[in-house]
Amino acid sequence: MNTTDDGTLPAADLHEVEAVNSAKRRQPLYAPRRKIFPKRAEGNFRRFKWLVMAITLTIYYVTPWLRWDRGDYAPDQAVLLDLANRRFYFFFIEIWPQEFYYVAGLLVMAGVGLFLITSTVGRAWCGYACPQTVWVDLFLVVERAIEGDRNARMKLDAAPWSADKLVKRVSKHALWLLIGVATGGAWIFYFADAPTLLGDVIHLQAPMVAYATIALLTATTYTFGGLMREQVCTYMCPWPRIQAAMLDEHSLTVTYNDWRGEPRGRHAKKAITAGVPQGDCVDCNACVVVCPMGIDIRDGQQLECITCALCIDACDNVMDKLGRERGLISYTTLADYNANMNLAAPEGRLDPTRVRDSITGRFVSAIRHTTWRSVLRPRTLVYFVVWAGIGLAMLTVLSLRAPIGINVLHDRNPLYVLLSDGSIQNGYDVKILNMTTQPQDMVFSISGLPGATVTTSGANDVGGSTLQLAVEPDLVLPLRVYVKAPPSEATGQIDFTMTITNADGTVSASTPVRFETPQD
Amino acid sequence: MSTNNKTGKPVDDLSGVETTGHEWDGIKELNNPLPRWWLWTFYGCIIWALVYTIFYPAWPMLSSATTGVLGYSSRADLAKTMSEVQVGNQAVVSKIAELPVADILADPELTRFASAAGESAFKVNCTQCHGTGAAGGPGYPNLNDDSWIWGGTIDAIYTTIAHGVRSTTDPDTRYNIMPNFGADQLLDAASINTLADYVASLSGVEGGVNTPEGAQLFTDNCAACHGEGGVGLTDLGGPNLTDAIWLYDGSLEAIKAQINKPRHGMMQAWSEKLDDTTIKELAVYVHGLGGGE
Repeated sequence: MNTTDDGTLPAADLHEVEAVNSAKRRQPLYAPRRKIFPKRAEGNFRRFKWLVMAITLTIYYVTPWLRWDRGDYAPDQAVLLDLANRRFYFFFIEIWPQEFYYVAGLLVMAGVGLFLITSTVGRAWCGYACPQTVWVDLFLVVERAIEGDRNARMKLDAAPWSADKLVKRVSKHALWLLIGVATGGAWIFYFADAPTLLGDVIHLQAPMVAYATIALLTATTYTFGGLMREQVCTYMCPWPRIQAAMLDEHSLTVTYNDWRGEPRGRHAKKAITAGVPQGDCVDCNACVVVCPMGIDIRDGQQLECITCALCIDACDNVMDKLGRERGLISYTTLADYNANMNLAAPEGRLDPTRVRDSITGRFVSAIRHTTWRSVLRPRTLVYFVVWAGIGLAMLTVLSLRAPIGINVLHDRNPLYVLLSDGSIQNGYDVKILNMTTQPQDMVFSISGLPGATVTTSGANDVGGSTLQLAVEPDLVLPLRVYVKAPPSEATGQIDFTMTITNADGTVSASTPVRFETPQD
Repeated sequence: MSTNNKTGKPVDDLSGVETTGHEWDGIKELNNPLPRWWLWTFYGCIIWALVYTIFYPAWPMLSSATTGVLGYSSRADLAKTMSEVQVGNQAVVSKIAELPVADILADPELTRFASAAGESAFKVNCTQCHGTGAAGGPGYPNLNDDSWIWGGTIDAIYTTIAHGVRSTTDPDTRYNIMPNFGADQLLDAASINTLADYVASLSGVEGGVNTPEGAQLFTDNCAACHGEGGVGLTDLGGPNLTDAIWLYDGSLEAIKAQINKPRHGMMQAWSEKLDDTTIKELAVYVHGLGGGE
């Protein structure tokens, strides 16, 4: 047991500190930023956050370098946003600009997914996966490596300028800028062939927009991750405001369980001997010093809290040392918290002895413990069904879509042309889409217009109702098509069909078209 | 209401913030300072604006404005962009310039380029008479159909555009004149009626009557230019009278009027105004409108 005789913590574990953004000290908008020196936390949530950080950073940096063989006619980069040619490649999926609704669907999924995650586990996105959180974590790693942990950093910050401080500060900011460059540098590889672009960037051959993007993202990464940090979440991000609407009393949030913690005090035994009830909180402020947002979780749920759960780790470690149950700060639902609060303070006055058995010292059985079951609620199930439904619908549409397509625009002027033999000719701008990565011989045909023949611009009418076309891979073939109908058939407005079929007739796409004739 | 000890300005008791001293119906205005980042952004914008006026045209002077040290002008920008496009197209354009117009059609890429260029030239130069869709109107030929007075091959179209029709300045222009059969009393009124009835009957115009007299009159007076049986002679620019297409109105009355005192359209010789490449592009475009032979 690592405690002193009277059940209090050694002085080293006590922090004389008040959270810079605590409820009492919250500042007006235009005040200068107060520095926060988060202490390194240890524990399950910290380990989980390292893991998430490793995974997300790996995805971000590695994805553009993955290759995917698409044959000779398409790029072999697995994920590529080819803005110049207006193509989006994602492994086996290739999306053309007119199919942008897939991306819109993905965004809808991301939105509903955010609702789902928030209503179940609160601001988990903020605490674990948001780039702001991940990059601030990364910047803090650098900061700790160079300047040491909290106390060393505070001392260095307060110290007058010296060679040592200068070296540390310069190397820290240099490393931050380097991370910024790497961040912006990785971004551009999503928009061009990564190996080629890397060579171009190094040899100063890359387009200006590439360097501008790197510069911009370097600046934002450095500013947001190094200088602004928690201010981005508190002042710039809309999500803390929106999330309140997403949370309900069954959502998991990082909560200080004051029903067992209060009244807090550093001299529990003395207080108890004096007949004053004492909670589990020993007021060591371990939760305050690890908080990257500079808040005191014991103030209750607050807008600034990104639920990174580092205070849980910090508090659990202290509870372990004191030999008390973990979970003074824990992921809890508001419903459970309120129930326990009612138990501990039925008349509005907190008495932690009410929640403990007076003989064994254990929690009474009426205490509610939040379990994973809180995740399964109608609300989260509805979100999940909506989310999964959109995903399934998109997958279905994607798997059923034809890799060839046809778009037709009927001439507006003239609507029709009278030919010398009295037959009527209509002109159409036809676009044949070959969305495969191979050249294709296709057959263009019309149906539903008896006796009609088709020709292309400048070609002689050979009397057929089909055209043989060679369409290049991954391209659109624009075509002027003239449809001629004999005088006997050409009356009124006639709806017919244009069809494009691949060489072996297995895939085809059709579109309804109108044939115009003189109206009396 | 207390006052700030340092500035002596009134301070709002509730918020502890200085007021501006302005008061409307008992409502006082707090004097909250701007957020600092906002203030800096504001100053930054002012500095940016000042620097901008040095580099770009800005300050109005007596007769013009300062040009800025970068010498930027949107006109020069446009000219630069245009010349860049022209340089980029140079290879294709020079190929069009070199090739005979008929050979352009053998190359689909070249045809597509020439057609697009021809379309924009058409919109500028030709739509005034032929219409934006090239559908023409009475007296102005429809270029979408397959009836060509002077021939519908790419070479014939090219020649027609280059030298015009009845141009007064181009000696090689397409030229013919239909006699004023009525006005100059080459035929009497009865003969004109008979002839018009016959011509109308050739293409089934309502009111047309095919009579041996009419046929004889046609052979004697018209077949030289309009061909035997009225099928037209593109070499002479004699329109086909047996098809469904009429340059002027195709009614019996209009046919009579045309025989009596013909109207004649004219088109300028475009080689006098446009360069040869543009005329080739125009020919490719018109040929591709759906009636080219």
